[in-house]
Amino acid sequence: MAELSPSRETSAEGGRRRGRYKIFLGMAAGVGKTYRMLQEGHAEADAGRDVAIGYLEPHDREETTAQARGLETVPRRRVPYRDVVVEEMDLPGVLNRAPELALIDELAHTNAPGLVHEKRYEDIADVLEAGIDVFSTVNVQHLESLNDQVAELTGVRVRETVPDSVLGAADEVVLIDLTPEALVARLRAGKVYPGENIDAALGNFFRIENLAALREVSLRQVAEDVESKRLVHSETEPVGTREERVAADAPKAVGERLLALVRPHPSSQRLVRRAWRSAQRLGTDLDLLWVKSPGKPIQGEVERQVTALRQLASVLGATLLIEEHDDMVAAVARVVRERGSTYIMVGESLPRRGLARLREPLPQRLMRATPPGVDVRIVAHRSLKEGES
Amino acid sequence: MIEHFLVGLALLLGLVGGYLIARSRRGGRRSERPEAVHQILLPFTGTEISRRALDAALRLARAEGATLMPAYLATVPKQLPLECAIPGEAAKAMPMLEAIEQRAGAQGVPVDARVERGRSYRHALERLLERESFDRVVVPATASGRTGFSGEDLVWLLEKAPAEVLILRPGPQDGRIVTAAANGRL
Repeated sequence: MAELSPSRETSAEGGRRRGRYKIFLGMAAGVGKTYRMLQEGHAEADAGRDVAIGYLEPHDREETTAQARGLETVPRRRVPYRDVVVEEMDLPGVLNRAPELALIDELAHTNAPGLVHEKRYEDIADVLEAGIDVFSTVNVQHLESLNDQVAELTGVRVRETVPDSVLGAADEVVLIDLTPEALVARLRAGKVYPGENIDAALGNFFRIENLAALREVSLRQVAEDVESKRLVHSETEPVGTREERVAADAPKAVGERLLALVRPHPSSQRLVRRAWRSAQRLGTDLDLLWVKSPGKPIQGEVERQVTALRQLASVLGATLLIEEHDDMVAAVARVVRERGSTYIMVGESLPRRGLARLREPLPQRLMRATPPGVDVRIVAHRSLKEGES
Repeated sequence: MIEHFLVGLALLLGLVGGYLIARSRRGGRRSERPEAVHQILLPFTGTEISRRALDAALRLARAEGATLMPAYLATVPKQLPLECAIPGEAAKAMPMLEAIEQRAGAQGVPVDARVERGRSYRHALERLLERESFDRVVVPATASGRTGFSGEDLVWLLEKAPAEVLILRPGPQDGRIVTAAANGRL
């Protein structure tokens, strides 16, 4: 487990240690988050710790129910809501029982009205403040910042969201990874939903392309979480052995950011498409930069092309930057430093005429002006080969 | 001797005059060039486009010295802001636009592509019509409904588009499509 910062060791009152928080994150229902949480709960209990289930949602899955056997469960609280009675986690009950470790499923759940907190993750915060360690579970689509992205990818929007800070505050985030094919196989085998719901699930949310996209989002989320925690550590004193520190520094080496140099001309769209594709492959952000000559107004065809570039950037989730400068290379170098770009992508230059032939080509000038380690890539124009149709 | 000198002078004056006239005409043509763009819009959806529609649009563009404007129409779910990033749709649009541009490039036709968002394909088309100007629209009417637009969409387009609309009659070659460069040509 990661070392806790001093602020996490003690509560606001200065006395009691705050509980450790471990979240099992999955791309979708059925990947095995709850099962793994229970497995680790058993392991802790076997190691002599006092473990209790604060809330479990087995979804009638036999394997999950079987895995829960042998662990004490704090009885649920029955809450009348409209004409029915719903069962919720009994927060006072968990606090009174005060185990060393509480297993609390589905942290994104919204409580029935009338309970202390609206959301379960707020209940969990109270449990942690009481010095109780917590293991919990959540699916990636519940994270607030990813909700739009996941809805766009899958066409399904979930209503129960949690702030990203909940994940950020966890001491450990464990990604429960499963290939889309394996999850679909589990679904078909009836291990996720009852038989009558399987076909509907396969035709909607549980399509391979949906699951592949969600898996990518989950993997990236955990990678970002690892990176942010690494940065927090690096701002304080070195943590771990030298080998551990070297290993922890590895993500920094692959943290990329792309900058594509564009101009208000249709040919720039090709460059933007390629740059976006590269950014997708690297899983990184894309900036588009147009260095505009000072004093020239943006109007007419230029304005139309700038609008088109802005639209394209918006569709792709890229950022269009317009810098007014009479020295393009200097402007690019400044933006590279400010944005932390690691790749610069440029289009093919127009044939040089006259005195311009004597000038050093743009890629070389960029290489000299930008910090070491910044790559410059020239995007070639690809035409259909002869005979291709 | 003087005659030779006069003839030479006349030739020189003639050359200079001719050069000046030609230059002024060139400049005049440039300044008279209309601001309006000469473009052919080719709207499409999904990951394939009718080969016949694309070829027709390219033929027209080449004959008229026009720019082809392929426009991918993307739908944004209601729960998302209309102007949000749409990576899923972009992943379909980008290879298609690349494929079209490569085909156009091989025929020497300039391309100025667009991706337009809307709540429906027609809404996206409506937004595109508001934003851009063009002289022609080429749309395929297909019997299968797999590519192209519905009959209602075409009627709407005929009423609304401030340009000549060329609707391609369904034909036996509609099965020929240009698909996205899924094999990594992008």
